[in-house]
Amino acid sequence: MKRIFVKEEWCLGCHLCEYNCAFANSGLTDMVKALKDKKIYPRVRVETDEDGITYAVSCRHCTNPLCVKSCIAGALSIQDGVIQIDHNKCVGCLTCVLVCPHGAVVEDEKGIAQKCELCMKNSCGAPACVAGCPNGAIVYEERE
Amino acid sequence: MKRYVIIGNGVAAAGCIEGIRSVEHESEITVISAEEHPVYCRPLISYYLEKKTDLQRINYRSPAFYADNGVKVIYGKSVTKINADTRQVTLNTGETLPYDALCNATGSAPFVPPMKGLEKVKKQFTFMTLDDTLALEQAVTPESRVLIIGAGLIGLKCAEGLHKRVAEITVCDLAPRVLSSILDDTCAAMMQKHLEANGIQFCLGTSASEFTGNKAKMQDGRTIDFDVLVLAVGVRPNTALIQEAGGKVNRGILVDAKCSTSLPDVYAAGDCTEYHDVSSGTDKIMALMPNAYIQGHASGVNMAGGSESFDCAIPMNSIGFFGLHCHTAGSQPEGCQMLEEADEEHIKRLFVKDDRLTGFMLIGHTHRTGIYTALVRNQTPLSTVDFERLKIEPQIAALGKEHRSRVLKGVI
Amino acid sequence: MNFYPEFEVVRNDSRCVRCRVCERQCANEVHWYDEDGKILLSDESKCVNCQRCVSLCPTRALKIVKSDCRLRENANYSDQTIKEIYRQAETGGVLLSSMGNPNPLPVYWDKILINASQVTNPPIDPLREPMETKVFLGKKPEKISRNEDGTLNTELPPQLSLTMPVMFSAMSYGSISYNAHASLARAAEKLGIYYNTGEGGLHEDFYRFGKNTIVQVASGRFGVHKDYLEAGAAIEIKMGQGAKPGIGGHLPGTKAVGDVSKTRMIPEGSDAISPAPHHDIYSIEDLRQLVFSLKEATEYRLPVIVKVAAVHNIAAIASGIARSGADIIAIDGFRGGTGAAPTRIRDNVGIPIELALAAVDKRLRDEGIRNNVSIVCGGSIRSASDVVKAIALGADACYVATAACLAMGCHLCRSCHTGKCNWGIATQRPDLVKRLNPEIGYKRLVNLMDAWRHEIKELMGGMGINSIEALRGNRLMLRGVGLTEKELEILGIGHAGE
Repeated sequence: MKRIFVKEEWCLGCHLCEYNCAFANSGLTDMVKALKDKKIYPRVRVETDEDGITYAVSCRHCTNPLCVKSCIAGALSIQDGVIQIDHNKCVGCLTCVLVCPHGAVVEDEKGIAQKCELCMKNSCGAPACVAGCPNGAIVYEERE
Repeated sequence: MKRYVIIGNGVAAAGCIEGIRSVEHESEITVISAEEHPVYCRPLISYYLEKKTDLQRINYRSPAFYADNGVKVIYGKSVTKINADTRQVTLNTGETLPYDALCNATGSAPFVPPMKGLEKVKKQFTFMTLDDTLALEQAVTPESRVLIIGAGLIGLKCAEGLHKRVAEITVCDLAPRVLSSILDDTCAAMMQKHLEANGIQFCLGTSASEFTGNKAKMQDGRTIDFDVLVLAVGVRPNTALIQEAGGKVNRGILVDAKCSTSLPDVYAAGDCTEYHDVSSGTDKIMALMPNAYIQGHASGVNMAGGSESFDCAIPMNSIGFFGLHCHTAGSQPEGCQMLEEADEEHIKRLFVKDDRLTGFMLIGHTHRTGIYTALVRNQTPLSTVDFERLKIEPQIAALGKEHRSRVLKGVI
Repeated sequence: MNFYPEFEVVRNDSRCVRCRVCERQCANEVHWYDEDGKILLSDESKCVNCQRCVSLCPTRALKIVKSDCRLRENANYSDQTIKEIYRQAETGGVLLSSMGNPNPLPVYWDKILINASQVTNPPIDPLREPMETKVFLGKKPEKISRNEDGTLNTELPPQLSLTMPVMFSAMSYGSISYNAHASLARAAEKLGIYYNTGEGGLHEDFYRFGKNTIVQVASGRFGVHKDYLEAGAAIEIKMGQGAKPGIGGHLPGTKAVGDVSKTRMIPEGSDAISPAPHHDIYSIEDLRQLVFSLKEATEYRLPVIVKVAAVHNIAAIASGIARSGADIIAIDGFRGGTGAAPTRIRDNVGIPIELALAAVDKRLRDEGIRNNVSIVCGGSIRSASDVVKAIALGADACYVATAACLAMGCHLCRSCHTGKCNWGIATQRPDLVKRLNPEIGYKRLVNLMDAWRHEIKELMGGMGINSIEALRGNRLMLRGVGLTEKELEILGIGHAGE
């Protein structure tokens, strides 16, 4: 399975991944229209550690996912190794937020849960955070 | 070919089915469902009233779930007896079903304390099942005045669900605060204030002593007029079948980490069981959906000959009302230290003891709280993480490079 | 005196989504976010027009333009000239600049045109027929010689083997970043060419690229030791640099930190000053001593390059070098880049590489010593056609550095001397250095050189030449346009139409 991995060494902390993520999942074709004057709700977040090292955190697509097991609506599921969320079923109880050990499931602007689905359900087809990273700090690849 | 029988058709049962199927696909599984509905998650019933879900979307799994998993569901019948010696269950229709491995996933049932005159209240409901909900939905009108007995999770979610459908809602509880099982006074007060701001009225620290028609006379002398009464005082685990079959039962069914009861090849999972809370080190009834699924799954794996332990349970709740979310987890053991951060709209209370985060209560700020939950669940020594940063906000950064490199890989 | 800034930051606020990438990415601190007004503001006086913000702005909301606010100029006193005087009046200091001479002096490459075959001698299609771009640099024997037993003597002096006639020229670790060196080293290895350490020593991590490394020995002797000399495939003695002929170098102590100071073998924080002359070289004979010392130290395994700036007497100087025992002469033209040079020197000293190259090639041929040395020319080789023209003028290979920097992300803002390169190239600030991911940098260098190799083959094919060796010094393939008789004479080419 191809997965998103982070190469901290090259992360510049520019936060473009967050914006590319929010845009990719907006369903719109223009970033300005999608993000202008809006609070963004990205599915990837840049963190900074005590040494100032930055890196992007998004869903790890755990093989034994607490979020899926805890979803009261049956909205979260594993499909072909990718943890997906059915926004139509989610009622916004945020139990998934309470259980995700990586803090990778977050509330969206409508108050329901959202998470990285590797851009498989939007028009990008491949993770927008990876494609937009100016320094190759997020990669989408197969690893052992 | 084993014959699996699951009593109950809730989330623990669904977990059990998926647990069995993660091990093998050959044997037949029979589910005995007292309710006439395919599996749904009970907490969703308030969202049904709120119209955040409907009768299609409320289903926990897809319509093909049972067929895909080779499950036969017997709807509308209940089990009256488990015969552990002959390995049979007897249904209310008198028929018997043999089993090689049995999972008791009978859940819990509302507990209604005796109250004078209650039997004469016409429109009275409990709020546990979808059928309860559909009946309640029929009973209320935009003019209804609703009295809810019980300001716990069920009562308050019912209040939120009904809020737009009725004229007036009053919630009363013997406890002096709302959500008394999960919140302390301060947090409860904030939630209560928010609920009141959204039109829910409270009558706390007292309970109905007598009902006369559509009037409830409270112990403190007040009377409350209502049209519809909802009883949400509490729930009790359904332990009778196991107890009568000779299995060990305390308040809930006693199970080990493999979800086995004291009866051979009889397992139990979900709200009917009593299990170990790693955050407090005690056994208790937690009746939580995530635990029900995880425990159900473990029971299924073990029934099918695999091995999966259910040994990381902690009490936790994610509950929100009218946009204000509250996350709690773990416990507040004697002598724990409370770290607090609060303003008008948020409260963060972290409970620390012996270098461990034992629990927390968060209102308002619930972003990435799973990182806290993991600290509670894993009993991570706080001296191994940057707790000062974690106090400010949950973040992977504070868990150290080693953790990060395990989770994210490419760490310098 | 305060002046209107040289550049204007034009922000299209209707496109700005407040992602603040411009603010985070500008080491010059031009952009800043105003929390009160929820708007991005800029201090244009700090802008060097490096285009980092423009490049990363996800909504293309930014534009940096040259300000049209000028002082009252005239043909003699330009805006720049006047401002320089003001600046010096204020500071009393020597003006500093970076990269190559930007002034509108003639670029002869652009006045030279390449021939193509028609009818009588067919062009060659490089996609169908083999085309040789391989070059060997080093002393070539004058004639075939035989051993005592009559067999052919096949022993050659040490040679550098290049898959194409281009190398990355000297840029020191210190003037450019670790990641820039990593990119160059990896690209050189992948391409089968060479990169050059410059006078900064060789970081221990890059010894593994030794067979694609030219190690430099310059007047400061920074980083030079036995292992260093032996690590490379050739040794270059730097006598001069095109951007600043006649002067040495100066790496400020602020850049001599950590691994840079260790690699240079100087105390951390101390200025690394390379003297103008080599204090042991005052004649060709002295140079010969150094050449042979280095050969001796490396057991005559490695060719020695002598690099000089293109100056007025370049032909005579080259003639001397060719007799000094050096294997390769590198000539650096006045447009060559630098990490820092006094502006007056950069802009007024030296001569164009085209003229120098032609003069040197002719002189060495005339003196019958052309085979003593290979000639490498540098100092603003910008494209494959510049390479082809240089080869036809007599070069064996070219050095490129500015183009390589551009491939790695440089936007020619010419502010290397500030040490705040927003593209992670000419800086030692760790947060900036990491902006150049060698994984990306090296691929871009490889791409650029692959593209040039294809173009070189196309141009060669058009001339009906299938081997780069057959192009060298083949000035018949060139014609000048708009050049004077004298210029044509020095270049040794005819005018277009002749």
